[in-house]
Amino acid sequence: MTASFDLNPQKLLATSEPATAMEIKLRRRSRISSAMRYSVLLIFGLIMLYPLIWLIGASFKTNSEIFASPSFWPKDPTLSGYIKGWETSTPYTFGRFFWNTFLIITPKVIGTAISCTLVAYGFARFDFPGKRILFMTVIATLLLPNVVTRIPQYLLFRDIGWLDSFLPLWVPSAVAGDAFFVFMLIQFLRAIPRDMEEAARVDGANTLQTLIYIVVPMLMPAIVSVCLFQFMWTMNDFLGPLIYLSSIDKYPVSLALKLSIDTTEAFDWNQILAMSVLALAPSLTVFFIAQKYFIEGISTGGVKG
Amino acid sequence: MAELQLKSVEKTYGSGFKAVHGIDLTVQEGEFMVLVGPSGCAKSTTLRMIAGLETITGGEIRIGDRVVNDIVPGKRGIAMVFQNYALYPHMKVKNNLSFGLRLKRRPKAEIHDATQDVSKVLEIEELLDRLPKQLSGGQAQRVAVGRALIKHPEVFLFDEPLSNLDAKLRAYMRVRITDLHKRLKAEGRPATVVYVTHDQVEAMTMGDRICVMREGHIMQVADPVTLYERPANAFVAGFIGMPEMNLVDAVLMTNQVPHITIGDQTIRVDEGLGERLSETTGPVKFGIRPQHLEVCPPGTENALSGTVTTVEFLGHEINLHIGIHGQIFVAVVPSDHLTAIPKRGDAVALKPVGHRIHLFDRYSEQNISLAGL
Repeated sequence: MTASFDLNPQKLLATSEPATAMEIKLRRRSRISSAMRYSVLLIFGLIMLYPLIWLIGASFKTNSEIFASPSFWPKDPTLSGYIKGWETSTPYTFGRFFWNTFLIITPKVIGTAISCTLVAYGFARFDFPGKRILFMTVIATLLLPNVVTRIPQYLLFRDIGWLDSFLPLWVPSAVAGDAFFVFMLIQFLRAIPRDMEEAARVDGANTLQTLIYIVVPMLMPAIVSVCLFQFMWTMNDFLGPLIYLSSIDKYPVSLALKLSIDTTEAFDWNQILAMSVLALAPSLTVFFIAQKYFIEGISTGGVKG
Repeated sequence: MAELQLKSVEKTYGSGFKAVHGIDLTVQEGEFMVLVGPSGCAKSTTLRMIAGLETITGGEIRIGDRVVNDIVPGKRGIAMVFQNYALYPHMKVKNNLSFGLRLKRRPKAEIHDATQDVSKVLEIEELLDRLPKQLSGGQAQRVAVGRALIKHPEVFLFDEPLSNLDAKLRAYMRVRITDLHKRLKAEGRPATVVYVTHDQVEAMTMGDRICVMREGHIMQVADPVTLYERPANAFVAGFIGMPEMNLVDAVLMTNQVPHITIGDQTIRVDEGLGERLSETTGPVKFGIRPQHLEVCPPGTENALSGTVTTVEFLGHEINLHIGIHGQIFVAVVPSDHLTAIPKRGDAVALKPVGHRIHLFDRYSEQNISLAGL
């Protein structure tokens, strides 16, 4: 608010006098302008968030109310959506599907973090024969649309005998199959001066010790981002499980949500919405936890000098 | 502590660029050796080769009685202080100091004692629990020195460690480091030091001996006094000393009365020098330090007359730039020696202090005035 006064030369001339009519006018104008700015931001924010808010509200509505009223606040809130949705129409509860998702995500995220860090460290810090060609190959796979490799990949995993198991879903990623993450870490590593690693080598650390004790802590913000992206993408991945998994007892959450649409003639929308809310919960939780760490990582990872 | 020896050490990069041309250098046990030279003279490369951070493509490096060519940095018995300190940003100061010892899995008590010991020597005891980003430049510098000191290495390597500090702190740290070196010597654990800098003040004040480098060659290795008084070649003469030595083309005549001709002016040469150079006649480079030029009234005998072009008043002394036949000579005059400060355009004469004259071969640039000394 004061910024707008200071721009006014009249204010500079009369600093110790009581507020003039001009000043009052300016003050009011600045108040109105910030009120307007915040209202616009609020409206757009609400528009963006409304589907999510509606989803949460609707998950507590009865099936008939969902389409009857556009308001997000349920008239008689009920938990039946959650209770029935959790039970599902299959022999398994939603707990089973969450567990399946967990079994896919955990090795995938851990494997991605370890393998991509190793590969990125190699590319960013070492010279070896064929490095340029190998790096170009990695980048080339980044540009390749996923669809192109679906069928050959399917045939490959069929021949290995991995169909209807979690392996095709996480093994490629756990051996640095996601070129995007490798690329992201390489870019981050390039911005970190090598002096600390050289100091560690002089201190007696071997390559692996240098990586674990020096590089990984400095790279942590980037590794957290990689884990975060991998977590959310895997949580939301529908096509992968759809192609490789056929037994219902192995379905992850993303497939299970679709399952309730498939098997019932009249969809119980409140159950689907309730389970969607639950399916969102892990992603949101992990995001907010990691976001805090991510920011901390950036502020402590800074290199002075 | 050990002697460090470089024998015909070479470095050629993959691109074919030869950075270091077979240098030979011996650093005595407990000696403070400074590598100095302009940017790109390969002084840092040489240091990194000693550290093992850079491979060598020819020759041999010895630390003590071991050839260390193929030994990893951590096992060479060296410690290094980096230009930008290279402290591990995620570790507290105490962990930065003890990282090397912890890697070696030394007992906890020993690590604790060593950390305390080093932090006492460097007065960083109250900083032990801080992170590097909470340290000032000078503090970070001391921690970096501590990290080297704690290992009791055979050779200390410093890579321009003071260049990131402001002038005042640099002068302070310079004294601290030389004091530390002397103290270690007095305590009976002398430290062999190789110190890289581009700052000749650091080189002259810190080094027991100085190695002046240029484009991957060693130009001269000597103690500071010799380097200043008897530079082996025109490069060293020009590099050491502030302001730079005046170096101009001249002709030396040693038949009859030995004299030097600069443009159309002639000055006699010191008798001793004339005798020693009696065999040499012809074009030379004439060198004289600005401090060894006496400013006299115009027309003085055996002096070069010229015109003042620039006057730089520095307080305790004045730098006079004097044009003589299109060549500029700089003379440093203590300000209290002058009754009136000369002005631009004044005619003056410059009389070189006879025995301070240096003559260099015009082509090889070797100092021929040292011949016979």
